[in-house]
This record gives sequence, structure tokens and C-alpha cells, in this order.
Amino acid sequence: MGMGSDMYRQQILDHYKSPRNYGELEDPDFSHTGENPSCGDTIQMDVRLEDDGETIEYVSFTGDGCAISQASASMLSERLVGMSLDELEALETDDIVDMLGVTISPMRIPCAVLGNQVAKDGAKIHTGDLDPEEYGETITEE
Amino acid sequence: MSTQESYPIDVEAIREDFPVLDRKVGGDVTTPGEGDDDTEPLVYLDNAATSQTPKQVVDAIVDYYYGYNANVHRGIHQLSQEASVAYEEAHDRVAAFINAAGREEIVFTKNTTESMNLVAYAWGLEELEPGDTVVTTQMEHHASLVTWQQICKRTGAELRFIEVDEDGRLDMDHAAELIDDSTRMVSLVHVSNTLGTINPVAEITDMAHEVGAYSFIDGAQAVPTRPVDVQAIDADFYAFSGHKMLGPTGIGVLYGKQEILESMQPYLYGGDMIRKVTYEESTWEDLPWKFEAGTPLIAQGIALHAAIDYLEEIGMDNVQAHEELLAEYAYDKLSEHDDVEIYGPPGDDRGGLVAFNIDGVHAHDLSSILNDYAVAIRAGDHCTQPLHDTLGAAASARASFYIYNTREEVDALVEAVDGARDLFA
Ligand SMILES: Cc1ncc(COP(=O)(O)O)c(C=O)c1O
Repeated sequence: MGMGSDMYRQQILDHYKSPRNYGELEDPDFSHTGENPSCGDTIQMDVRLEDDGETIEYVSFTGDGCAISQASASMLSERLVGMSLDELEALETDDIVDMLGVTISPMRIPCAVLGNQVAKDGAKIHTGDLDPEEYGETITEE
Repeated sequence: MSTQESYPIDVEAIREDFPVLDRKVGGDVTTPGEGDDDTEPLVYLDNAATSQTPKQVVDAIVDYYYGYNANVHRGIHQLSQEASVAYEEAHDRVAAFINAAGREEIVFTKNTTESMNLVAYAWGLEELEPGDTVVTTQMEHHASLVTWQQICKRTGAELRFIEVDEDGRLDMDHAAELIDDSTRMVSLVHVSNTLGTINPVAEITDMAHEVGAYSFIDGAQAVPTRPVDVQAIDADFYAFSGHKMLGPTGIGVLYGKQEILESMQPYLYGGDMIRKVTYEESTWEDLPWKFEAGTPLIAQGIALHAAIDYLEEIGMDNVQAHEELLAEYAYDKLSEHDDVEIYGPPGDDRGGLVAFNIDGVHAHDLSSILNDYAVAIRAGDHCTQPLHDTLGAAASARASFYIYNTREEVDALVEAVDGARDLFA
């Protein structure tokens, strides 16, 4: 069988059906939303930092969309805890695909990276490296 | 009863003409056609996006490039004459196919989208002004919706949308309300590429004419799948694409009534569309060449001729009957489960496509899993984002059928959908 069945290994389905850290944070240090128009996926990531203002203490997310996008955000919400914002910034598409542990077909990459992109953009807005006026919402596309 | 006998057309013989239908899929998509790991026989159900191409059409392209490749309308030499005749005759063939009066009314474009833009720019931008209205529908493809939206923004005209009712049909009372004395253009899709609805285009064209407006019919899904007679509809403009009707990419058609096309200024300027040029002034060629600037799609136009020959050999009534048979079969099969929502009119009153969603499985996930079963469908918004908003679905899965598809392929679709349902259960 081809990529599809690989793409829906148990781990992905598990995170999709029982998302971890699902919900909104009451007092996040930053919160950001994004969309992948090709799938209609939406993700909001809420992040709380430790006192050093650098280290990620807790992440939650909400969203709607395909299994790949939602499972990826769920896994990421666990993965990011303890990372610094610089480490988050350094996360690339390959890292996300590795985290998912499956082969993602090219058309589905925007789904897979949506949560990560939202978290990164949110962090950049938080540190003043992105202008929220110009960059209100993250969009991932093919 | 053998299933073969129960088709209105000889599907088995038709399939022989389409080499791609022998393909197996499932391998590495970065090496198209060469994957050793391609193992599953292809079930191609994405015909509303683009159809496959029979040998006869590819042969027409090969014959042209190997036999008489030359620019048209320019050379006195034999090859150029042969190419010119073949290219011009392709216009005649298209005219006869949709019952236009003649080649003057047939402009070759790149696709439906360009046909739409040609009218929007050459007519709309010139003619529309504040106070005017353009009436279209909620089920338009972006090709028409975005084009009129932007032309209306630029001209100050108002864009109005005829609503779609619960069954996916146009609300004709609403149409009657919206089409009024301010209306200059009524632009609508003949067969919806998402709902499968077959719209009463002749009736709506009548309503447009009563208030002195033109009608533009988007026939991208209609011309490939049923007999179309532009004079019976009395359409002022009618557009479609070659690649959805066995032709190559890069060729589309704009039909326009001769007197209207004559009244319009050119859309693109350059060679081939002029008669006399000085440093100060130019005059235009006769129709349809006035609207075909620069070296045209010669091979593609000639190949479209071959595609029409192929379809007419089968007979468009038969093509339509086959489409309806498969659409109804798929509709009924998919409806057997309560968790399936199918958009648009009932199975016995629709074009040959079925867009649907299953509860709990996103359309893109469904499409990825179906790909595993070697079933090719489209998932997404099918270039009808506003309609999907109205339907309350971000995306849908769409299976669309053509002359080479079989009931067994619909069964393969349903089986794959069952597989996806199980995986997500
Ligand atoms: C109803 C309808 N209109 C317009 C188009 C646009 O056709 P094209 O992309 O060939 O211009 C399509 C197909 O994509 C369609 O289904």
C-alpha cells in the first residue's frame, strides 16, 4: 500500500481521536491562530512561558480540520514543553515529519506543519520580530 | 446479466483507447510513471477536474507535430496552409458540436477561465458602471465568481447571488427577484461542479433577455457530459474547456453571438488579430480571429477537433446516459450509510459527479486513504469556497465519472470509503 495508510498509523489516529492539551489557556504568554486554506484546517496555539520568559512551560491548542493537522498540533503541544523559543524557531518541516513518524505526501505537508508554523509565528510576534498588524494569521499553503 | 450489456455505451472498447487506465499506482509520486512500487490498478474518478486522453487525440497532436507543424495564417507555404486549414476547421467542428451559427462565433482560448475573463474585460470593464448589476449564483466556480467580483469592484457595478435551496437547486423565485432592470449580465454555471445540479439555463437566459441583459453560461461541466445547443439555450456567451472532454490542456472555447462579439473591442492585442497596421492606427481581423492574438493553440485546437469526433462517435446522448447511470449508482451506494452526506439534488437528477462527506473523517484524510486503494478523487473546495461556506463544510470529497468508468469502479470507491470509515472508527 502507498503513503495513505502509512500516514494514518496508530499514533496519528490516537492523537486525532484523543487530542492532548486540547483547550484554551486562561493566561497564555502568547496565543496565535492559523489556517491551511487548502484543507480548511484551523489551529490556535496557546503558550505559557516559564519565569525566564524563554522556556516553554505549557502549550495547549484548539482547532478543527484533518487528522494530520490536528494530530500534529496535539503531538507538538507535548513536544514543545521545556524547549526554548530559539529551539522552537529552529524546528523545521523535517523535524515535524520526524515527530509524526510517518511519510507525509507532498500535498499534505501544509497540514502537517500548520501547528508548528502557528507556534513559531506566535513566538515571533511575542518577541517583536513579527508585526501582528501585518501578520494577523498564519497561512500555510502548498 | 453481464454488466457490459447494461451500459448505454461500449465501455470495454472505450477503455482500450485510454492507455493510462492500465496504470498501476501507489508508489513514489516524485517519480511519476516509473515507480516500481506501483501495484494497484488505477480507479480514476476525478474527471470533473480533468478527463483522460484517448489515443485518437494524442495521435492528432503527433500527426500535427510530425506532419505539418507550422504557424497559421502567416505562411504561403504548404505546411502553413495545411495547419491553417486544420486549425480553422477545428473552429467549424466546435461550432457544429454546440450548434453555433459558424466559426465566427467560436473563439479559442486557453480554458473556461480565460473565456470568462475575455468577456469580463472586453465587455464588462467597458460597459458596466455604478447602478448596473451582474446576477450570478451561489454555486459558481471561482472562474466566474472571482472574475465578476473583481470586475464589479472596478466598475462600481453590484454583484448579486441567486440562492441555492436545500436540494442544491437554484431558487427561481429569488432569481426572478434579483434579475431586474438594472441587470446587464446574468452569469451562471450550466452543471455545478460541486452539487451536480443541472441548471435551467434556457429559462434563466429568457429572464435575462426580458430585462435586456446578456447571459453567460459556464459550460465547463456540461459540454463534456451532455448534448449542448447554444441556440436552443439562446445563450449570449457560453464557455468550456477542452481538457475536461478528452482534449489536451491549453485549449478552451468562448462561444459568443456574432453581433455581440462584433460590438466588442479586442481583449488582447498583437499579431494575427489585426488587418491593417500603421504607426498610428490598427484595424481588426474578422471574427473570431479578432479575439485570438498571437500564435494560437494550434496543436491543441486540432486535438480538440479529434476529441469532439471521438465523443460524437459515441453520441452525446449516450455519454449523458452513462453519466447518469453511474451518478445514480454511486449516489445510492454511498447513501446506504447514514454517516454520509451528499451535496446537491437526488441521484436521478444530477450530472455525473457526487460530492460528499463522511462524519468524522475530513475530506483530505478520506482522499489520502482512498489514494491507498488507488481510487483517485478530488478533495477540497473544488474552487467553490463560498458555496462550501454556505453548505457548512470546509471541504468535501468528490467522485466524478466519465465514459470509461464502470460500476465496479464505483464499488471500489465505496469499498475504500468503508475502509476509511473503519480506520477512523
Ligand atoms: C464549472 C466550472 N467552471 C469553470 C472551471 C474552470 O475550468 P478551467 O480551469 O479549465 O478554466 C471548472 C473546472 O475547473 C468548472 O468545473
